[in-house]
Amino acid sequence: MRKLNITKLFVAVAILLAAPLLVAAQESHIGKYDGNAGAGKQLYFRYCWGCHGFRGDGNGENAQYLNILPRNFVAATFKCRSTVTGTLPTDQDLFNSIKRGFNNSNMPSWIELTDQNRADLIAFIKGFSPRWKTEKAGTPITIPAEPPVTVDSIKHGKELFTKLECWKCHGPEGRGDGPSASTLTDNNDQPIRPYNFAAGSRFKCGSTNADLYKIFITGLDGTPMPSFADVIKPEEAWDLVHYLRTLQVTHKSPELALWVTTKEGAEIVASQKIYGTPTGSGIKQ
Amino acid sequence: MTLKLVFLAGLVALAAVTMTSAGPGSGTISGKVTFEGTPAKQKTIDMSKEPSCAKEHATPITTEAVVTGPGNTLENVVVYISAGAPDEPPPSTSANFEQKGCQYLPHVLAFQVGQELKISNDDQTSHNIHPLAKINREWNKSQPPGTPPITDKYDKAEMIPVKCNIHPWMHGNFAVLKNSHYAVTGADGSFKLPNLPPGKYTITAWHEPDQEMTQDVEISGSESKTVSFVFKLKPY
Repeated sequence: MRKLNITKLFVAVAILLAAPLLVAAQESHIGKYDGNAGAGKQLYFRYCWGCHGFRGDGNGENAQYLNILPRNFVAATFKCRSTVTGTLPTDQDLFNSIKRGFNNSNMPSWIELTDQNRADLIAFIKGFSPRWKTEKAGTPITIPAEPPVTVDSIKHGKELFTKLECWKCHGPEGRGDGPSASTLTDNNDQPIRPYNFAAGSRFKCGSTNADLYKIFITGLDGTPMPSFADVIKPEEAWDLVHYLRTLQVTHKSPELALWVTTKEGAEIVASQKIYGTPTGSGIKQ
Repeated sequence: MTLKLVFLAGLVALAAVTMTSAGPGSGTISGKVTFEGTPAKQKTIDMSKEPSCAKEHATPITTEAVVTGPGNTLENVVVYISAGAPDEPPPSTSANFEQKGCQYLPHVLAFQVGQELKISNDDQTSHNIHPLAKINREWNKSQPPGTPPITDKYDKAEMIPVKCNIHPWMHGNFAVLKNSHYAVTGADGSFKLPNLPPGKYTITAWHEPDQEMTQDVEISGSESKTVSFVFKLKPY
């Protein structure tokens, strides 16, 4: 009798533990890869759950040691998307995130995983949130071809930086020290810092000009960074991209090289005092 | 199985239609919201970092997390029917949310599921509108001066805090509700829910960030009933 009870208890506990995993299997499609949630589950419980948690809610064992909290897959609010603010990211977006990792956070680039592995993981993590069952991924924004970098383009970008008040958070020199910077919190009420352009070359959601374009057009959901999709015209957006590159004074770029050939640009860049190492690690964050 | 489900859904839809088509009743629930205890002290907002907004206010405004009136009345409480009334389709009018003098007007905006929400910026500065929805989708949009209003709608009922990250003192609330029987208390703390058909209702009074009280009320005929809510406030 007693033994039976223990067996029953064991079965009950097993069912309880399995409950969060008994979600309807999701699919993922990235190029030629079709993700398999079953295979993704194996990978998740090897690589991901330490931080993202047993239930995918971002409350893994290691979460308490992290400053930028692990993504909560149940809430399914994602920063790096190609889709408009307030929508789910595409499979490709999630795929890119796993492959790239997140600069300035504890999420590394998972380069040891194969593309098939990543597709499988995405199919699995989509099962954590009810959102994937009722909503479709948003439509990716269209990014027009990048026009050539010109001095006029950079200057216009500089005007936009002022007009759109990017400096309120990112600071007049893009150092992440604007008047509102110290008050910012994310949607978990955790303090969050605006990106410091002077400190490095890579952004949270990629390192190319197109990634930079995407960041301010889609916004980073869950953070104070809003979407500028309705307020910047596509050609203006490229101008802003070109100017933002010149703020990365520790990073060689065609934009910066052109900017310092002008009198205005050379003065601005020269007046930017670079402290510490070339990576900008000594710069006030 | 699927057929059965469809049939059930049809029945539910039919029931909903017949319930709403009963038309507005003539019962009324009204009352007053007051508080006991000590409300949190509201801080004067320093808008010196945003001069264009500072000059909109002859005297500096204070935060609005708790707004009280004479006689311990409590403002900005959403009083609504949380159970007993059928869900209603949204009205054709839009719910308007204004940013003026770096302040949200109104501080608490109540509207229905599916109703058009219109957010406008009357200031000479950029705002970002960041409704921190948990049940609905969270979005965050920039709205520079002179740009057209942002429109949106919500699919599910939820109390949503709204923030402007650029101006950290700006804080408001959306109350997305399932039916048209709601009111937001003014300075005198009073509310009135008219046009109620006879029935048993659960009235909920909600105050930000998450204080909630409920009472059950039964209305027969064109009865008028009075209900009062007393919130317990703590200084911190």
